[in-house]
Amino acid sequence: MNNRYIIVFIFLLTSVVALSLTMLRQVTEPLAKKNEELFTKKAILSAVADHLPEGKDLDVMPADTLLSFFDQQVQAVVVDASGQVVREEGGDKIQVAKVWKAPAGQRKMPVFIYENAGKNYYIFPLRGKGLWDEIWGYIALDSDLNTVVGVSFDHKAETPGLGAEIKDNPKFAKQFVGKKVFDEQGQFVSISLKKGGALPDDPHAVDGITGATLTANGVSAMLSNGLGWYLPYLKSVKKNQG
Amino acid sequence: MADTAVKEVKEKKPLLGKKERKLLLDPLNDNNPITVQVLGICSALAVTSMVLPSVVISVAVVFVTAFSSLFVSLLRRKIPKQVRMIAQLVIIAFLVTVVELLLKAYNYPVYKQLSVYIGLIITNCIVMGRLEAFAMANKPWPAFLDGIGNGLGYGAILIGVSVIRELFGKGSLFAGTPIALNIIGPTSDYWINTTTNPWFSWYVNNNLMVLPVAAMFIIGVFIWVQRTFNQKLVDVS
Repeated sequence: MNNRYIIVFIFLLTSVVALSLTMLRQVTEPLAKKNEELFTKKAILSAVADHLPEGKDLDVMPADTLLSFFDQQVQAVVVDASGQVVREEGGDKIQVAKVWKAPAGQRKMPVFIYENAGKNYYIFPLRGKGLWDEIWGYIALDSDLNTVVGVSFDHKAETPGLGAEIKDNPKFAKQFVGKKVFDEQGQFVSISLKKGGALPDDPHAVDGITGATLTANGVSAMLSNGLGWYLPYLKSVKKNQG
Repeated sequence: MADTAVKEVKEKKPLLGKKERKLLLDPLNDNNPITVQVLGICSALAVTSMVLPSVVISVAVVFVTAFSSLFVSLLRRKIPKQVRMIAQLVIIAFLVTVVELLLKAYNYPVYKQLSVYIGLIITNCIVMGRLEAFAMANKPWPAFLDGIGNGLGYGAILIGVSVIRELFGKGSLFAGTPIALNIIGPTSDYWINTTTNPWFSWYVNNNLMVLPVAAMFIIGVFIWVQRTFNQKLVDVS
């Protein structure tokens, strides 16, 4: 077999493969896009899953209902590093993953304000690093901007059954409910994951995950960095509340 | 007369004769890719802490080994020797990407859960091992069956390991699926509630089972048990 044959063979093989993959991608892309949007909006709403209207369940809600429910109940404002609201809407179009990589002063991040029964809940997107790759999530604060009402986490490549528990284990997320972000003096302390278990009455700590210490450390860092960036915004909203 | 005799021989060659059945069933026991050939250990350690990802990975591996064996076998006379590994890799990567795109479009939650492990099928030694050892030298149909057989042999061990790990590590089975079972644990969500049940108050989940090392031990035990019952595998030397 001469070199020309080899080159032609590989060229043909890769062309056929590339062409068929491109076609398959073209066909599946719209479905995948919609799945992704649905997934993100569901993740945002699942941070306030305990405060949905009576009879609403995210897990059984059809895709279109969920998307229109999101549009009705959630105002996605955009804020900058000084806590100013730059835009009143369109926050759901922001690619948090990209924006978070910018220097802290230049970021324009979304805040999702969810309204239910006349009460506002503030949902903040978070980005961080796990053991293998990126992790991200949403934390929802009550209208006092201190008490956590829910979290939802996700990850790119944490190990199933270990680091991936931050997303897969509902009991992990439940621990955050009722925890406080500020201490009694009003100082920001965030919430951290404790290896070997948190003290039951500690309002700023939850149990870590066995076998996933590095992912857990990543989550702790993500919470303090992420909420830390929003501090000016939190302060300005509190001031407006009086 | 001679003419008909030849025809008969041709027609009687069954689609699933003894030889084909052997190709399909051998990898489940006598020639299991994990416990006998010791291939594909990396993913067997990584994804087996729960049943659901193990099942999905197994199905994906069966698909990839079967069709990559088929395609490589069809092209076996055309593939230049010098670049055969590259050609095999292109075909494997193609099939894995197909799995990834289909999951992304039709089962997004599972795609999210497995994330990189789908892509890692490309580097699963079983797939390439079978292409080199079997598909390059055999006809398409036997190669296809060999691919299915090896995928199943791999999947059987994976699911076996994951059942043990999830049950003793987390006290549940099939978590994340509609048939999730909460078997033993410290709250009332579980069948056996260790805080109220007097017989099981001593029980706690074995945290070792959650870690990848547990799979190493379990596969070791599997190999031991298999060799106890299957004397053919015992090395006489």
